Amino acid sequence: MPTTRRQFLGLAGSVTVIPIVTLRPVDATPAMLNAAIRNVVGEAPIRAGRIKLDIPPLVENGNTVPMMVSVASPMTTEDYVKSIHVFNEKNPQPNVGNFYLNPASGRAQITTRIRLADTQKVVAIARLSDDSFWQVTADVVVTLAACTEEVN
Amino acid sequence: MAALINVPAKARRGDAIEIRTLTSHIMETGFRRTMDGAVVPRDIITSFTCRYNGTEIFRADLFPAIAANPYLSFFTVAKESGKFEFEWIGDNGYSSTASASITVE
Repeated sequence: MPTTRRQFLGLAGSVTVIPIVTLRPVDATPAMLNAAIRNVVGEAPIRAGRIKLDIPPLVENGNTVPMMVSVASPMTTEDYVKSIHVFNEKNPQPNVGNFYLNPASGRAQITTRIRLADTQKVVAIARLSDDSFWQVTADVVVTLAACTEEVN
Repeated sequence: MAALINVPAKARRGDAIEIRTLTSHIMETGFRRTMDGAVVPRDIITSFTCRYNGTEIFRADLFPAIAANPYLSFFTVAKESGKFEFEWIGDNGYSSTASASITVE
């Protein structure tokens, strides 16, 4: 079958359009991060707000990065935070930790220290007692990476 | 294994108190290699639980992205005098416990 110039350009045009279409919905976050988040959230919508992520914007050493997550919640039996989930974008694994709270927690706030293998985005998601999900993201620049160095 | 626990000795009933825990553990990620290219097997703490007079008040699933010597802090409402029990569970049958007591007035 002879290929005309018009058909060829049409094909080339459609090929270049496809990557743009597939990249847009995931908001430039790698597929593993999205899969890990969907594994926790399911198909429920994720809203922005109510949750706060305190993490330094620039860290010297990715081996131990302090991180605090807090959620604005009265923590009563009717309205409380069920769990807090933390994810990362570029470590070998997307999960960082899952933290389970209850009304007796009094305050929805957790602190820990994490590893970051690269300059990347950290995502925290809170699940409230009404099964709504709230998200916050933070960008962290890492100068010395964790996890990947050689063992002597 | 050695663990450091920070719980206020005394608290007013109904106050939210902060509990801070630190335990010594290598948290080997399983993604590092030796000089000759062999993968160092994963050895991490996978689960942490805190009980207050027998009732679970906080639980966490940990992944290799948690730094070595895991530090965790969280809150609970002081409801009665008694004991906090902490338990860390990990790879290769790792298990460690600690406890702390509180007086609530």
